[in-house]
Amino acid sequence: MSKKSRLHLPRVPARPGEKPDFSYVQLSPAGAVPRPEVNARARDMMSLSVELVRVLDDSGDAVGPWHPHLDASDLQVGLRHMLLTRTYDERMQRMQRGGKISFYIRSLGEEAVSVAQGMALRPSDMLFPGYRNQGLQVVRGIPLVDLMCQTLSNTKDMCKGRQLPVMYHSRANNLFSISGNLATQFPQAVGWAMAAAIKGEDNLAATWMGEGSSAEADFHHALLFASVYQAPVILNVVNNQWAISTFQGYAGGEQRSFAARGPGYGMAGIRVDGNDFLAVYAVTQWAAERARTGGGPTLIELVTYRGAAHSTSDDPARYRAKDDAEHWPLGDPILRLKAHLIKIGEWSEARHQAMAAELEALVAASWKEAVSFGTMTEGPRLDADLMFEDVFKEMPQNLQRQQALMRKERNS
Amino acid sequence: MANMNMIQALNSAMDIMLGKDPSVVLMGEDIGYFGGVFRATEGLQRKYGEHRVIDTPIAEGGIVATALGMSVNGLRPVAEIQFADYIYPGFDQIVSELARIRYRSAGDFFAPVTIRTPCGGGIRGGQTHSQSPESIFTHVSGIKVVMPSNPFDAKGLLITCIEDDDPVVFFEPKRLYNGPFDGDPNKPAVPWSTHPKGQVDEGYFKVPLGKADIVRAGAAVTIITYGTMVHVAVAAAAALNVDAEIIDIRSLVPLDVDTICSSVKKTGRCVVAHEATRFSGFGAEILSTVQEECFWALEAPIQRVAGWDTPYPHAFEWEYFPGQARVKAALKAVMEPA
Repeated sequence: MSKKSRLHLPRVPARPGEKPDFSYVQLSPAGAVPRPEVNARARDMMSLSVELVRVLDDSGDAVGPWHPHLDASDLQVGLRHMLLTRTYDERMQRMQRGGKISFYIRSLGEEAVSVAQGMALRPSDMLFPGYRNQGLQVVRGIPLVDLMCQTLSNTKDMCKGRQLPVMYHSRANNLFSISGNLATQFPQAVGWAMAAAIKGEDNLAATWMGEGSSAEADFHHALLFASVYQAPVILNVVNNQWAISTFQGYAGGEQRSFAARGPGYGMAGIRVDGNDFLAVYAVTQWAAERARTGGGPTLIELVTYRGAAHSTSDDPARYRAKDDAEHWPLGDPILRLKAHLIKIGEWSEARHQAMAAELEALVAASWKEAVSFGTMTEGPRLDADLMFEDVFKEMPQNLQRQQALMRKERNS
Repeated sequence: MANMNMIQALNSAMDIMLGKDPSVVLMGEDIGYFGGVFRATEGLQRKYGEHRVIDTPIAEGGIVATALGMSVNGLRPVAEIQFADYIYPGFDQIVSELARIRYRSAGDFFAPVTIRTPCGGGIRGGQTHSQSPESIFTHVSGIKVVMPSNPFDAKGLLITCIEDDDPVVFFEPKRLYNGPFDGDPNKPAVPWSTHPKGQVDEGYFKVPLGKADIVRAGAAVTIITYGTMVHVAVAAAAALNVDAEIIDIRSLVPLDVDTICSSVKKTGRCVVAHEATRFSGFGAEILSTVQEECFWALEAPIQRVAGWDTPYPHAFEWEYFPGQARVKAALKAVMEPA
C-alpha cells in the first residue's frame, strides 16, 4: 500500500454489464430501531441517523415502536394516492415520448416518500417540493387535469406557459413553486418556518431534495439556519442513489449517511426506509409533532431507489446496471403496502385490479380534458402577450414597447 | 480535416489538451463515466483515467472553487457547468475570486481555469435551461468571455482558452451543437457536415481570443453578432438580399474593436444582434463603442436585436427568440431610416 495521499474516487457498485450490488446499503431489521420521545434532545438520538427505521417486515406485518397504527381506510387512501401517482407518471412518460409534452420526470419507486409524508402533514403546513414529488400534488388534491395542463403549457396552465413541465405550484394548497435549479427550496422552507415561528403560528414547513442536491451550498444554509433558530421545519433528503449518472457516493454518502448531517448541525436526523409507507408516515408524524411543540427541525433521509431515468432526457442504461432496480433490497412501496393490507384482511387482489382500472380510466379522462385546453402543437394556445406579464407587478415601459414590437413581428 | 459537429470538436479539443499537457484536468457533473449530458466529454475518462476526468458532486460553487485551488497548485482545470443557468451558485467564486486572484496578489497567483457551459435557447428548455448570461460576466474585470458559433472555432478557441493563463468562461450555444440554426424551427435540422466550418482539423490548432471573424464581407451594413445569432443574421441578410458585412466577434472579452469599427466606418450602418435579453446586454457595450469610434461615419442610428427583457418562457420560445423577422426589421430600419 502506498503511503502517499491519493485522490479517492467513490466506488460505484454496479456499472452496465456488472452484477447489481447493494451491500453498501446499511439495513436494520423492521421494528428494531427505538422511537425516542418527540422532545428528546438531538444529541441523545444520534443512532437514529445511521440505523434504518422500518415498520413493514418481509412478510408484510407492521412491527415495532414506529408502527403508526393508522386506520385501514387511511392506508387504502395512501395506496390509492401512490398508484394514482404512478399511473399518472406512466401516462405522462408516454405522452412525452409521443411528442405531446417537451419533458417529464417520473417518481417511479419513490411514491411512498411524497404520499406518506404529505398525508402525515396538515393542509396548513407549507410544502417546498423538489421536481420528483408529484405525490404531494396528488395528496393535496390538485386535479390531474391541472397538473397535465401545466405539462402542456396550455391555456389552463397555472404557470402561464413559463415553466418546464412538472414545475407545478398551488398557492391555495400551500405548495410552493418548484424551481428547476437544485436545492434552492431547502433554505427557503427554513425561512418560511422562521416566519411561522416569528408570527407565533404552529404551521410547519417541509421541503424535499435529492441526495445529489445536498452537495449544493443551499443544503448547508438550510441546516445551519434551521439549527440556529430551531425552526419548525422538516428537511427531507430523498436518497434515491442516483443524481442523473452521479452515484450517491459523490454527494458524500459513502463516508456517512445523509441523515447524519442533522446531528452534525445539532438537529435530529433520522434515516428511514423510504419504500415503507408506514415507516415514512411515522417518522414524518414524529418530526411534525416535534416541530409543532418547539423541538425544532428534523433532517430525514428517505432511503429509496430511482426506478426510472432521471428525466425523459436521460438514459440510465449508459451508467448503471440494467437490472439494478430489481435487486433493490427495499422493494417497491406500492407492492409492500398492498401486501400489508392484504395480510391484515383489508385488501384483495380483486380490489386492487379494480382500483388500478379505475385510476387508468381517471388518468385517461383527465388527459382527454387537459388536451381540450391545447397542446404544444394544437390550439387553443396561450396568448403570447402573457410572456411580458409578471416580470414585475407593473409592466415597465421597456416591456410595454417590446410587447408591441412582438405583436408587430408576429403579424409581419 | 474531418467532419465534426460542435460536440465532437469540443471533445477533440479536450482530448488533444489532455494528451498534450499532463496538468490539464476535466471536472464537472456527469462528465466522467457518463461523458456529460451533452456527450462533450464522452470517452475521455476511459482514455485518461478517473484522476484526469473527474466526476464531481452537484455543487457549482464547489466546482469553481476547487478548480481555482487546483489551478494555483499547477493544474489547468477545465470545469463544466452543466447549463449556464446553473452557474450562479459558482458566481461568488468566479466574480470575487477567479477574476481577481491575479490582481489582488500582484500577479503572484493566477488561475488558468476554463469554465465550459452550454447556453442559449431553442431546445424547449424553459427558463432554467435556456439562458444567455454572458454579459453578467463581461461586466466583471478579470474574466475572459468566449462564445463560438461553429465547430472549427469551438475547437480552436477552447484550446486557446485552456492554454490561456487567465480564467475564461466559455459559452457553448447548445442549439448549435448538432448543426447551424438559422432561427426557423420549422425547417428540418441541418447537420454541420453541410457547413464549411463543420470541417475541422483533427490535430492541435488555435483560434486566437480577441480576433473577430468576418463571416461575410459586404458593403451596405455591418452586423455584429456572436453565437447562434451569427447564423440567423446570415440567413436574414440573404433573405433581404442586403450586402451585409457579418462579423462574428467570437470573444466578447477581449473584444476586437478594430475589426468592428473598421467595418462600420466602411459601411456606415450597424446592427448588433444577440440572443440574450436586450437591457444591459452585451449589445449595449458594442453599440457604445461603435458610437464613440464611428459616430461621424454613421448614416443611421445603430439597431439592436435581442431577446425580450423577460425570462425565457417555455411556451413562447419562438416568440421570445430573436429570429429572422427581428433581424430583418432591424436591417430595414437601418437601411431606410425614417
